[in-house]
Amino acid sequence: MAVKLLPVNPTRMEMTKLKKRLVTSRRGHKLLKDKRDDLMRKFLELVRRNKELREQVEAMILASHKNFQIAAAVTSPENMHEALMFPKQSVKLKISYRNVMSVNVPRFSFQMSSDDPQNIYPYGYAFTSGELDASIEALSKALPLLLELAEAEKSAQMLAQEIEKTRRRVNALEHVMIPQLEDTIKSIRMKLGENERGNLSRLMKVKDMMLEEARQAKRKLMEEGIAAYQSMH
Amino acid sequence: MYKIAVIGDRESVLGFMALGFSVFAVTGKEEAEDTLVKLAKEDYAVIYITESVFQKIQDTVDRYKDSTIPAILPIPGKEGSLGLGMANVKKSVERAVGADILFRDE
Repeated sequence: MAVKLLPVNPTRMEMTKLKKRLVTSRRGHKLLKDKRDDLMRKFLELVRRNKELREQVEAMILASHKNFQIAAAVTSPENMHEALMFPKQSVKLKISYRNVMSVNVPRFSFQMSSDDPQNIYPYGYAFTSGELDASIEALSKALPLLLELAEAEKSAQMLAQEIEKTRRRVNALEHVMIPQLEDTIKSIRMKLGENERGNLSRLMKVKDMMLEEARQAKRKLMEEGIAAYQSMH
Repeated sequence: MYKIAVIGDRESVLGFMALGFSVFAVTGKEEAEDTLVKLAKEDYAVIYITESVFQKIQDTVDRYKDSTIPAILPIPGKEGSLGLGMANVKKSVERAVGADILFRDE
């Protein structure tokens, strides 16, 4: 894969900087990978629970609906609405947060206004059918599970998002950042080596030239000496 | 203190009234969307929506997917389970893992 090099000057200074970044990137990559793996483990646990809960809750709600339909068939809609209009129960919901691998997932805890399970029917029994009682009872039994389901499903969704994000980061580091840094460092090293060699050969050339000059000067001196000697004799 | 809401067609949600949930009976798509947006702004931490309505307003629901509250969940309505809730769980698995590993054997 051809990687685009980072636009930096090929100097020793830049190379040192890039090397530091490479080390950091490698460490970050490793950490993120660990994070991803652990998130995944937690997520799978959670989503299994999520699935189980959903199966249970759906079955319970469906059972409640069945009874409700029968009740609705024998009771007039006005009566029905009237019967349910003023609930005896009220649910108070508290949210706390739990930190799962730096993801804040909600935790719901709830409180019913009345704890008496017999006391859930907001109507007298005179104008409603027995099926409605059964329907309401089934729903009220499903309530804790419903809330647990909400907690599990929301957490699963948020973890899924975090996993996706982390996976993208891991991939970006692994396939883009780290190769890019490595290649840039390599190219800087090669350019520096090239300069080094160019410099060396220039120096050698200069040395040769200087030697040649010195030799010529010496020869000239000697020739002058010889000429002077010959002219004396 | 947070509250719990149920959105859906009248017959499916009426029973939840007895539990002390806030019940919002809606009919059309716009009405459902408006209700959801309004509830999300208020202090409803959990919003249950019947599957048939959930299906219609999926886009609006997805807006709240990444925030902590409200948690928006599909529940089966009076028509029976459409399998939408499970599909949702499956979707988050696919999002996280990249492949479906939980429901493969079904």
